[in-house]
Amino acid sequence: MIRLERRPEASQVMSYASPLIAIVLMLIGGLLLFAFLGKNPLEGFKVFFINPISDLYGISELLLKATPLMLIAVGLAVGFRANVWNIGAEGQLIVGGVAASAVALYFYDSEGVHILILMVIAGAIGGMLWATIPAFLKTRFNTNEILVSLMLVYVAQLLVSWLVHGPMMDPDGFNFPQSRMFEDPALLPLLSEENRLNFAFVMAIGALLVGYIFMYRSFVGFQMQVAGYAKDAARYAGFSAKKMIWIGLLSGGGMAGLAGMSEVAGPMGQLTEHVSNNYGFAAIIVAFVARLNPVGIFFASLLMALLYLGGEQAQQYLALPSSISNVFQGMLLMFLLGSDVFINYRIRWKEATA
Amino acid sequence: MTSDSDGDQTPRLELHGITKIYPSVIANEDVSLSVKRGEIHAVLGENGAGKSTLMKMIYGVAKPDAGEMKWEGGVVQVENPAHARSLGIGMVFQHFSLFETLNVVENVALALPGNPDLKQLAEQITEVSNRYGLPVDPGRLVHALSVGERQRVEIIRCLLQNPKLLIMDEPTSVLTPQAVRKLFDTLRQLADEGCSILYISHKLDEIQELCHVATVLRDGKVTGDCIPSEETPKSMASLMIGKELPVPEHSVPSELGEVRLQLKRLSKASDDPFGTDLQDIELEVRSGEILGIAGVSGNGQQELLYALSGEIPVGDAQAILISGTPSGRDSPDQRRSNGMGFVPEERLGRGAVPRMSLTENALLTAHRAGMLKRGMIQFDKISAFASKCIENFNVKCGGAEHAANSLSGGNLQKFIMGREILLIPKLLVVAQPTWGVDVGAAAFIRQELIDLRNEGTAILVISEELEELFEISDRIAVIADGRISPAKKLADTSIDEIGVWMSGMWDQAAPVEVAAHD
Repeated sequence: MIRLERRPEASQVMSYASPLIAIVLMLIGGLLLFAFLGKNPLEGFKVFFINPISDLYGISELLLKATPLMLIAVGLAVGFRANVWNIGAEGQLIVGGVAASAVALYFYDSEGVHILILMVIAGAIGGMLWATIPAFLKTRFNTNEILVSLMLVYVAQLLVSWLVHGPMMDPDGFNFPQSRMFEDPALLPLLSEENRLNFAFVMAIGALLVGYIFMYRSFVGFQMQVAGYAKDAARYAGFSAKKMIWIGLLSGGGMAGLAGMSEVAGPMGQLTEHVSNNYGFAAIIVAFVARLNPVGIFFASLLMALLYLGGEQAQQYLALPSSISNVFQGMLLMFLLGSDVFINYRIRWKEATA
Repeated sequence: MTSDSDGDQTPRLELHGITKIYPSVIANEDVSLSVKRGEIHAVLGENGAGKSTLMKMIYGVAKPDAGEMKWEGGVVQVENPAHARSLGIGMVFQHFSLFETLNVVENVALALPGNPDLKQLAEQITEVSNRYGLPVDPGRLVHALSVGERQRVEIIRCLLQNPKLLIMDEPTSVLTPQAVRKLFDTLRQLADEGCSILYISHKLDEIQELCHVATVLRDGKVTGDCIPSEETPKSMASLMIGKELPVPEHSVPSELGEVRLQLKRLSKASDDPFGTDLQDIELEVRSGEILGIAGVSGNGQQELLYALSGEIPVGDAQAILISGTPSGRDSPDQRRSNGMGFVPEERLGRGAVPRMSLTENALLTAHRAGMLKRGMIQFDKISAFASKCIENFNVKCGGAEHAANSLSGGNLQKFIMGREILLIPKLLVVAQPTWGVDVGAAAFIRQELIDLRNEGTAILVISEELEELFEISDRIAVIADGRISPAKKLADTSIDEIGVWMSGMWDQAAPVEVAAHD
């Protein structure tokens, strides 16, 4: 008989091995899935995981896709460490994208660096404003931030939909629900002429560095970790729980808003209804696979980006539906949660009789 | 209860070579003991010696990894508590297992097999309670009962099943001295009727008074059997801890200094529906003295501590003066900046973060002692502070980088106490300084408190152990039902008087030395 037995101490090894185990299980699950769908598993594996990054352009696309994930995940991780569960990064991303687009359209036809700078600020503030709602309701009325932030995602989606069908619609765009294409002063500079990778990647790396210092070197970061591990100890030490909630939600919202800005001012170049590619939700998985650690977030974002690219390839070459990416993301999270059980528990094989 | 008087001398319960291994510790190793019928048998040992584990195996909550248990001469394997009860084994736990929102009869009915008639059961309860001097009203809701009454309900619940063996796990830790005497009378009556009693405790005086035989455990092993009436507390202590009991030296009170803590008509309704409201608490603690507050648990100690620490601020700023500053509405942080230190009763999860290292746990409250620079943590300084704390306070651990939850309770308590003392507080509030701590560490902690008081700190100690308070306090007061008694100098009072006060009777009984006992 198999029995789960509580470990005397949480296993450090397992806490880092668990994401790797989850990745391996996801790959195996993927192979089985391909076989089940009547595709050659090895061929499927190659199309999904190898082809997207077989050349430099592919790698630049990988980094491009990973950029918003890194930004959002590091912002969310700050809050998650204090048990502040912002599930609404998707909505905050959209509002950030809307705010940045508003700046871009306001300065349409003008020149200057200030446009981009204002877009960055507007994007971050837009995301933060959206996160202010769950933060205020939580600190004032003790509402559940998971529900409030999640429901606000749908509000944000309707908001952007209304805007691109109305006030922000391209006047010369044949009634397509999208804004004007931004002009060069409102687009993030490319890092190279060869591909689409832009300055947002540099911002993402910067955000990871700042996030690392904040989490592991600053006293506020320490306070947030204490609040996450032991709420009563944080209260005993006199750390303000409200401050943690505000910082946690605003950092996630701000970084998600910035990610929204980097999308509209980057690969999209305009505001559409599909400003987000589910990045706000995928980043939650990234943060957990990364154990809320900025170094881990870097790698987990690359993996998640690969799932996005692989999904596109599978659609093209294997004639699989685009939701295949979501299936892989789901498997990854499920296997991670499953193997995380073994951080605190271990398996005992129990003999038939004692 | 069962009085088959055929003179059968078979022991009621025998254990042979019982061993129980948990993942991190050997809880019991080769334990053997034998309980005769009608015998009150003490199992004596410090916290963590393996007493509770042993009882759990007898009661079927845990299963031994090796060894044999004999019940009335026949080998048995107790599968679960229901099986144990059907054999005739009853157990009264240290922490009660009663539903607060149900009344006494309903609680008792839940533990009985089948679907008993409540009316009839109420009569049975009254009968048993009269017979054994355990007064309890079957119709009352449990949350309205005192701790002593709840314990009676648990005992009655066991007695209704006519047990042949009753296990009592640290039954007196929640009782006033007077209630302890009543309990002992009941237990003696039970034993006279043939019921065997396993009495678990670490209190030597009680065991001497009550028990016929004692088995002493240390580190999970039996270190000896003795007849308590033929031993001295000293000799039993050395069996229990392996050395002689250290006694802290309590020098004469130094000259009293300024008032460091003053409570003025502090009232506070409890957030917990079953908590205790604080009513008009008045006290003061001066520099250079230890004020002890005695009381049976659940009489407002928690609420008072939360109000003092600032974890639940009170509405009236003037109700709490720390070194003269109105502090009632201040956060714990502001009170600490004002010179207050605080050691809570729960060490893991409140006084320390279980998963964090000792270094990080030092930072928890020591951060204001120059450990930060522009909001960044000075890791070299905090780690030096933690090492100093470990060294000065004799904390046994793998090093400052080890997690708080890898330490034993006593060592973690020494660390937390050390952390607060090294910050040189003007006022230190301590809850249950030695709860669950082994005897050696307890003596050390008490000595540290006395030394700190000699250096001029004002100290407030809230404890449920009367002996401890009488050992270290300069003055002593009692909390009962959310109110606080006047504080008396140690020389002007006695354990008996404080015991009477613990039932809330300081107003009426003041001038008379009441004959509450005997």
